[in-house]
Amino acid sequence: MLWVSPKRLRELGVLGMNSRNVEYISRYNPRHFYPVVDNKLNTKKLAQANNIAVPELLGVIEGQWQLRKLESMLASLDKFVVKPTRGSGGKGILVITGREGNGYKKANGSLVSLRDIHRQINNILGGLYSLGGKPDSAMLEALIEYDEVFEHYTCGGVPDVRVIVFKGYPVMAMLRCATKSSDGRANLHQGAIGVGIDIGSGRCLNAVQHDHPIAAHPDTEKEFSALAIPYWQSILELASGCYEMSGLGYIGCDIVLDKTHGPMILELNARPGLAIQLASGVGLLDRLHHIESMEETSTPSVPVRVNYAQQHFSLHQSRTESAPPG
Amino acid sequence: MSPKAQVYFLGLTLIIIGLGLVAYKYFQLGLPVLPGEHQTVWTIEAKVSYTALGKPVNASLALPKTQSNVEILDEVFSSSGYGFNIESVEGHERAVWTKRKVEGRQALYYKLDIYQKNTGLTIDDERFSTEVGRPNWSGARKAALRSAADVVIKDSWQASAETKSFTAQLIKNLNDVNNSDGVIIKDSLPGKSEVQRALELLAHADIPAHIVRGIYLEDDRSRIQASELIEFFDGERWLMVHPQTGRIGLPGNFLIWQQGDKSLLDIVGGKNSKVSFSVLANDIPAREVALKLADNESSTLADYSIYSLPIEQQSVFKFILLVPVGTLVVIFLRVLIGVRTAGTFMPVLLAVAFIQTTLLTGVIIFLLILMVGLWVRTYLSRLDLLLISRIAAVVVIVVGMMAIISIVSYKMGYDQALTVTFFPMIIIAWTIEHMSILWEDDGPTEVLIQTTGSLVVAIMCYLVMTNRYIEHWTFNFPEMLLVSLGMIIILGHYTGYRLFELLRFRHMETS
Repeated sequence: MLWVSPKRLRELGVLGMNSRNVEYISRYNPRHFYPVVDNKLNTKKLAQANNIAVPELLGVIEGQWQLRKLESMLASLDKFVVKPTRGSGGKGILVITGREGNGYKKANGSLVSLRDIHRQINNILGGLYSLGGKPDSAMLEALIEYDEVFEHYTCGGVPDVRVIVFKGYPVMAMLRCATKSSDGRANLHQGAIGVGIDIGSGRCLNAVQHDHPIAAHPDTEKEFSALAIPYWQSILELASGCYEMSGLGYIGCDIVLDKTHGPMILELNARPGLAIQLASGVGLLDRLHHIESMEETSTPSVPVRVNYAQQHFSLHQSRTESAPPG
Repeated sequence: MSPKAQVYFLGLTLIIIGLGLVAYKYFQLGLPVLPGEHQTVWTIEAKVSYTALGKPVNASLALPKTQSNVEILDEVFSSSGYGFNIESVEGHERAVWTKRKVEGRQALYYKLDIYQKNTGLTIDDERFSTEVGRPNWSGARKAALRSAADVVIKDSWQASAETKSFTAQLIKNLNDVNNSDGVIIKDSLPGKSEVQRALELLAHADIPAHIVRGIYLEDDRSRIQASELIEFFDGERWLMVHPQTGRIGLPGNFLIWQQGDKSLLDIVGGKNSKVSFSVLANDIPAREVALKLADNESSTLADYSIYSLPIEQQSVFKFILLVPVGTLVVIFLRVLIGVRTAGTFMPVLLAVAFIQTTLLTGVIIFLLILMVGLWVRTYLSRLDLLLISRIAAVVVIVVGMMAIISIVSYKMGYDQALTVTFFPMIIIAWTIEHMSILWEDDGPTEVLIQTTGSLVVAIMCYLVMTNRYIEHWTFNFPEMLLVSLGMIIILGHYTGYRLFELLRFRHMETS
């Protein structure tokens, strides 16, 4: 079928872009909290202050003058990630996984020189990757080494779990896996795979690439159906806690699962995309309406919210429970 | 009020106010809603000629009584050496020319420009008395006339249903050469015109009636005499009837000059006086007619409009007023369709440039600049320049290319490319920068997709903005701005699906 009728889409509870912008983002995300999520450095600092796990910050480059010291800064580092603090969509991120002689090895195996890193940071500082071309700063972050469970589910980059948190409740989740065509990045627009994850069990629901359903990873041919994400409970709690931290009612939390450090918040997104619905095979609207219709005098604690979401938004345990209370 | 209700209330209010003002301009000022509409403006010249007797002269000419469907745009009286005045006598106006001493053949002119509106016709006839003055047909010599008149009236009465058809029938019988009674009446009233005979007979039949003088608006008529109609009262209202054919109703192209028993022309101190008319039709753009009219009535809406600006600024505004339409198209394509473009309103600026360059030239120049720009930018990126310097460098390159394109094409005799200067160079420089990042990040396919997307949106904007109806409306009815604003506000609160989402989520069913 080429089209879905708007009526059918509404029946499926699919959240559209216009509705997301008008009824969720502009209503639940106060603008003055945006700097916290739009600047990764702010997010990191705030998370550290709230005892929320984040990848280690190795250094910040705020101006041209610091670039002269770049070589000495990188001297002790083997593996690191260079990121624009205000970048979006994974743009401008350089992942160095090791060294070979004078060269630095990128995630896809190719070598870059110090001069290339220099230029990349220069571009970041000029605002090439930031929204509206504003001058930016670059940050050096510890490289995440993903958990073995993802071994055959990604090609190159680190997979991350995107959890949509609405008013503190984790409502939907997906795992984003890099592919060759996405150039090692976990960005769905570039061809990364979105794997819907059941909120209740942490198990795979569905997988899509470029909005088309697929069963196995195109590079490794590993089937997604067997995938179950470890530490699921703590991932959801980590995501849920971002509500209090950021003050934003409708966010996408990107969480990575490090081999040694466990789940960590990578970044927050105040305008999370809609592909998660395709990955999960279920629309967001029913769950959002469910949360909106709850009458709460005070916000329950994080474990209570996660527990509630796991009970009500699970597709694996029991489908009947997701009706609104009362 | 909830925000949603406020949005719809505000949006609809703006749209209604905008459309209301447009309607006012259309109905009251007669601004045409369609471009290129023409109005026929009639120029009528009345020439009063007489032979002066060397004494003080007072010539007075009845002026046309304004019909409700006729607007007078302009009036000119010319008469060298005469004193001139307009007098109002018992509800109708007369032009009065005076001179102390004058001799020989004289000519006085009165010229007016009128146009006929499409509105219905109502004539102010209330002031006419419905009293009937019986004609003096007494005496034995008129016996034949009386009996013939009675027969004609009786015949007409039997062949009719009410006063209206009776009058029509009566006039027909009167003018029928095969009707012996009609011929008798004609012979019994020598020296009287058809109109006068008909009026006498109508009076005899007790029907109030009077003469109506005017002219038929037909192109290129000169030295015609005033035509006459009869207006009669059918018991409820006044109706016009043609004195020869008996046709009821005012002919569409008849301009009433004068009604009732008042004379058309009065001359004191002259003889052999005569009024003759010339009629000429001019086709003038409806907009000019409306503006001229608004000028006469000093309408505020026309006074404080774009027309009050100098012509040069007017033509600038012609473009400026199109920009909101372009933004509306972009919003429509983004919110309802879901098209992605490079830079939100960049396609609108591109479309404005296309208007100047024409579409094909514009697209070719844009692609040419973009390609060369991308190529130069690739080299610049190797120089490790700061972002701002790099964009500034691209701006310089773009300007240089514009100059080269202009000069080369001019030398080759291709003038159209000179309009390249209308391209927004800063925007193009940014587009080049944006596209080159896109190239590095997402590959050439994404650049192609976004370029095509932007071009498609720009072309759509161009097509809408150059639509002659849209152009006409935005310029002549700047109130449409309020309508655009209202639509933008309402579209800004649209929460339904985008067209592309129907495509995107098509796999929701299967999964």
